[in-house]
Amino acid sequence: MNTTLSWIRAYVPELSCTDQEYCDAMTLSGTKVEGYERTDKNLQDIVIGQILKIEKHPDADKLIVCQVDTGRETIQIVTGAPNVKEGDKVPVVLDGGKVAGSAHADGPLPEDGIVIRAGKLRGVSSAGMMCSIEELGSSREMYPEAPENGIYIFPEEAPVGADAIEALGLRDTVFEYEITSNRVDCYSVLGIAREAAATFRKPFCPPAVEIRDEQGSVSDYISVEVQDKELCTRYIGRVCTDIKIAPSPKWMQRRLAANGIRPINNLVDITNYVMEEYGQPMHAYDLDTIAGRQIIVRRAKDGDVFTTLDGQERTLDSDVLMICDAEKEIGIAGIMGGENSMITDAVKTVLFEAATFNGANIRKSAKRIGLRTEASGKFEKGLEPQNAEAAINRACHLIEELGCGRVVGGMAQDGAAPVALREIPFEPDRINRFLGTEIPAEEMLAIFKRLELVYQEEKNSLLIPAFRQDLEGFADIAEEVARFYGYDRIPTTLPSGEATTGKLPFKLRVEEKARDIAEHWGFSQGMCYSFESPKVFDRLQIAADSPLRDTVTISNPLGEDFSIMRTISLHGILTSLAVNYNRRNKDVRLYELGNIYLPHSLPVTELPDERMQFTLGMYGEGDFYTLKGVIEDYLGAIGMDKRAVYDPDVQKPFLHPGRQALIQYEGVVVGYLGELHPQTADAYDIGTRVYVAVLDMPEIVKFATFERKYTGIARYPAVTRDISMVVPREVLAGQIEAMIVQRGGKLLENCHLFDLYEGEQIREGFKSMAYSITFRAQDRTLEDNDVTAVMKKILNGLEAMGIELRQ
Amino acid sequence: MKEKLEQIREEALRQIREAGALEGLNEVRVGFLGKKGKLTAVLKSMKEVAPEDRPRVGQLVNEAREQIEKALEDARTKMEQKLREARLKAEVIDVTLPGKKNRRGHRHPNTIAMEEVERIFIGMGYEVVEGPEVEKDYYNFEAMNIPADHPARDEQDTFYVNGDILLRTQTSPVQARVMEKGRLPIRMIAPGRVFRSDEVDATHSPSFHQIEGLVVDKNITFADLKGTLAEFAKELFGEDTRVKFRPHHFPFTEPSAEVDVSCFKCKGAGCRFCKGSGWIEILGCGMVHPHVFEMCGIDPKEYTGFAFGIGLERISLLKYEIDDMRLLYENDIRFLNQF
Repeated sequence: MNTTLSWIRAYVPELSCTDQEYCDAMTLSGTKVEGYERTDKNLQDIVIGQILKIEKHPDADKLIVCQVDTGRETIQIVTGAPNVKEGDKVPVVLDGGKVAGSAHADGPLPEDGIVIRAGKLRGVSSAGMMCSIEELGSSREMYPEAPENGIYIFPEEAPVGADAIEALGLRDTVFEYEITSNRVDCYSVLGIAREAAATFRKPFCPPAVEIRDEQGSVSDYISVEVQDKELCTRYIGRVCTDIKIAPSPKWMQRRLAANGIRPINNLVDITNYVMEEYGQPMHAYDLDTIAGRQIIVRRAKDGDVFTTLDGQERTLDSDVLMICDAEKEIGIAGIMGGENSMITDAVKTVLFEAATFNGANIRKSAKRIGLRTEASGKFEKGLEPQNAEAAINRACHLIEELGCGRVVGGMAQDGAAPVALREIPFEPDRINRFLGTEIPAEEMLAIFKRLELVYQEEKNSLLIPAFRQDLEGFADIAEEVARFYGYDRIPTTLPSGEATTGKLPFKLRVEEKARDIAEHWGFSQGMCYSFESPKVFDRLQIAADSPLRDTVTISNPLGEDFSIMRTISLHGILTSLAVNYNRRNKDVRLYELGNIYLPHSLPVTELPDERMQFTLGMYGEGDFYTLKGVIEDYLGAIGMDKRAVYDPDVQKPFLHPGRQALIQYEGVVVGYLGELHPQTADAYDIGTRVYVAVLDMPEIVKFATFERKYTGIARYPAVTRDISMVVPREVLAGQIEAMIVQRGGKLLENCHLFDLYEGEQIREGFKSMAYSITFRAQDRTLEDNDVTAVMKKILNGLEAMGIELRQ
Repeated sequence: MKEKLEQIREEALRQIREAGALEGLNEVRVGFLGKKGKLTAVLKSMKEVAPEDRPRVGQLVNEAREQIEKALEDARTKMEQKLREARLKAEVIDVTLPGKKNRRGHRHPNTIAMEEVERIFIGMGYEVVEGPEVEKDYYNFEAMNIPADHPARDEQDTFYVNGDILLRTQTSPVQARVMEKGRLPIRMIAPGRVFRSDEVDATHSPSFHQIEGLVVDKNITFADLKGTLAEFAKELFGEDTRVKFRPHHFPFTEPSAEVDVSCFKCKGAGCRFCKGSGWIEILGCGMVHPHVFEMCGIDPKEYTGFAFGIGLERISLLKYEIDDMRLLYENDIRFLNQF
C-alpha cells in the first residue's frame, strides 16, 4: 500500500512533520512504513519558462535556438525538441540544476540524477535545458497530456518563473506501508489518514460526501438480486446518467499517478480514486448493455466460458461467483468485469457497483482462474459492507462534482442482514495489569476517541465502528491502548512468580554429546534437507519392495527433487561429501543430526515416526576402523559401556559387502557402519573410498546415561598373559573376544588385540593374531595357578575354534 | 701423624680441584675414603698410635674426612650444574615452528547460534522442548488462531502431505502442544526446523529454523515480555544493545510486536547490515491471544502469557556475515571450518 503525504494531508490538514518523523511515528503506532521516496528526487532549479522566440541553429538542421523567459531573465537554450513553438510554457532547468533522468535512456533512473550545466551546442551557447516528462522522472502514462518525444508543455495560465516541480504536483513524498492482514481498513488512504491523525493527535477530516442534485429513482433503471448471500454479503448499485467522458482533473490524475495508477478518463479515474481512497473496489457497467435492467449475483456453472474485459477467455466452475444480467454473465465477481458490458467512450448511462464478497472465495477463485487483480487483492482481505455504501456515494459525489454526469436517486441493493456493531467492555484496570502499566482511564478514553471507538458510559463499554472488524475483545482493546500510549513507554520488567528450572531434555543432551565427540574426531556438522527425491532409493540401490520406499509424500512440493520426506539419512551426507569431493577438498569428515520420517501406514493418516539420525561420513585419511573408533568413543561417552556387537551380516545394498557391520547393543540394533559400495560411490561421483555410519538415536537414547559410579582403583596387581596364534581367516576377532570374555569369567579384566598379520610367513587361509589378556581380582593378589586355570579354559576354547597357538 | 694427615687432606683437595668429570670425583672418593683409601688406611693404623693420643688423632682423621667429603659434594654439585646448563643449551628449539594440530571438526553456524540462544533461556529458567516437524494442520494453524480461510495461510506457503497433515511452517504449534498438557506455569523454548515453499536462492530456503518461546503464568504482563527480550538481546548481542518494539500483527498474539535491536555491527550508526537504519529486525512476539488459550483449555481471565519466535538463520547469517543462505545446506568444509 502506497500513499503520498499530500493525499494524507488532504484529510489531516494540521499534519506537520518531516518525512522521517512521519515514517518513525507511523511505524511506532503500528502502521509500518517500509520506505519512502520524494517525488522530486534529483529535481533541482527547474522553473516554468516561456519561449519568446525560436530561431534555426546556424550549423545544425535538427537544432533550434530559443530565447526563454524564466521570470527573472531571458536565457538562450538550444534544443532538438520538435514540439515547441513560440509562446509555449515549459519546464526549464537552470544552469547547475538537476533532472532525474534522460529523455532517451530506458531502464532505472540514475541514483544521483543528471546535472545540467550551461555550455555550447554546435558552437551556440545554451544556458539551461527544457525538459520532457521522462527527464522529470515520470512518464506519459502518468502524465497523459505530455507529448511523445518532446518537451512537456504547461497550460497557458501557468505562471512564468514559478516552481515547475510544484506545478507538476511533484513536491511530494510517496510512502510505502506494510499493512498487516488484520487491518483491512488501512488498505485505503482514508484508513491510513485516520491512523495518522490519531498518531499525531490532529483532527481527522474525511471528505464530506453530499450529492446536491439527484434525478429520478434508481428502481426505474435497475434491480438487484443476490442469489448467493454467503458469497456476496452486500451488493449496491447506483446509476448516473448523461455521462460525459473527459480527462479527469489534474489533482485526481496526480494522486492516482503517485499511487502508481495510470489516469484514463474521468469515469475510470473516479472508480480507481474511490478504490484507493476507501479501499473499496468499484466497477462501472454501461447500463445499456445490461439486459432486462436486472443484476443477478449467482455462482457460475462448471465449464462456463467467459470473456473478461482484457479480451481473455476464462473457464469457470460453480465456486466462482458471477455478476449477471437477465440473460448473461457480465462480470466475474470481485475479479474482473466482462468485455460484453465494458465502458466505452460512447457510454451514456453508468451502473456503479460496490459490493462485499467472501474474501476466501475470491482468493480461491482468483487462484483457480489465474487472474489476480487490484480488485481481487482488496476483496480477498474480507471487506466490510458499510464501507461499500460510503464508497459508492463518494463515487456519485465525484461524478457530480467533476461534471461527469447526473446522479440518479437511491441505491439498488441486496444482501445479508447487516450485523450489529460490536461492543467490548472497558476494563482499564485489567488493561493496566495486562500491560504492566499505570495509564489513567482518561488517557485510554482519549485514545479511543481518536480511533472513533465510542465510549458508552452507561454500559461502561466501547462501541466498535464497523471498519474495525479486527477489534474483537479485551486483548485487542489493550493493543490499541498500548500502541498509542507507545510501546516504548511501557516499562521493562521480568516475570515474577514461581521460579522454574531451566533444562535441556535428556535426548538433546545425548545429541549434544554426539556433536562434541564427532567434532573431537574432526567431523564438521552439516545440515541437509528433510525432503528429497524418490530417485534417491534407486541411487542407493534400495530394493523395489523395501519398506524404506514407503514415504510421507508432499502433495505440493517445490519439485520432484523435494517431494518425499526422507526415510534414510545417507543421501544428504553423501551429496555433501560429493560436493566436497567435486571441489577437490581433501580428507573430508562430515556429520549430521537430522530426522528421518517413517510413516506408520500408507496412505498417511497420522503423524510419522520422526527418528533422529546421527550420520557420519568421511573420505580421505582414515578407514573403517577410524569410523568405528568414533562410534566406540561416542558410545563410551554416553555411558554405553557394555561390549557392542558388530555383526557383519548386514546386507545393506549401498555398502561394501565385506566391509559393513550392524551395530548391536544388548541385542538391539542401534545403527550400522561400513564402506560405501563402489557402485554407490560412482552414483554420487565420488572417486575414492567413503565410510559412513548411522546411529538411530531413539534407540541410543534408551541406553544412554550420564550417571557415573566410582568403583574404586584396583588395589591388587594385575596379571597379564600374551598369546600369539594362527587363526583361520574366516574366524572374526569378535568371536575370539566373545569366547575370551565368556571363559575369562570374573577374573578377566580386559583383553585386546595388539598384533594382526596376514601375509608371507603365514600359510594361505590363516592370519596371525596376538592378544594381551589381563586378569585381576578385587580382593587379593592373584596366584599363578588362579591364572593358569582360566587360561587353560581359554586355550581350550581357542583350540575348539581351530586356532593354533604360535610358539 | 698430624703431618701425614695434613698431606693426605691436601692431596685429596688438590685431586678434587683437578678432577674434570664426575667419574674423576668418584676415583678421588675411592682413593681416599674407600675401603683401601688413604684416609681409611690411617684409621686402620690407629692401633699403632699410643692409646692416650688416639682420641686426638681420631678427631683429626674425622676432620680431614669431613673436609674431603664436603669438597667432594661441592665439586659434584658444581659439576652437575655445569652439565645441566650445557644440556639446556644444547636443547634450544625453534619455538616459532608450528604447533601440532589436532584436526578438530566444526559445529554448524546455525547450531552455534541455537546453542547460544538455548543457553541464555535455560539460564532464565526455560525448558527446551521439541515438537514434530511433520505436524497436524490443527496445531500449526487452527490452534494458533489461523482458521481455514485466514489470509495468513497464504502468507505462509505451506507444504501439505494431505488435508490434515503438513510440514510445520513455524515452531508455534509447539506452544499449543505444551499448553494443552495443562502443566502451569510454563517457561519454554522450542527450537526446530520449519518449512515453507520458497524456492532456494541467496535469501530463501524451503527449510529453515525458528526458536519459539512461551511463558504462561498468572500476572504475566507485556512489560515482562519487553524486559525478557531486552535481557535476551543484551546477552546475545552485547550489553550495550538497545531494543525497539514496533506494533505488528500475528494471529496468535495480541498485542503483537516486531522487535528490532540496535545493529550489532555498527552499534546503530548505520551500515550495510542494517541497511543504514541502525536497527535490525530479529523477532516477532506478543501476548498469547485469548483464543489460543481457550483452544488449549487455559482460562485467559486467570492466566496471561507471552510468546516469541526467533528466526535462527536471521541471527546466524547476520552474526557471521554469511551472504548466501545456500551455503548453510551445501556443507562445503571450507565454509564449515570457519566456525
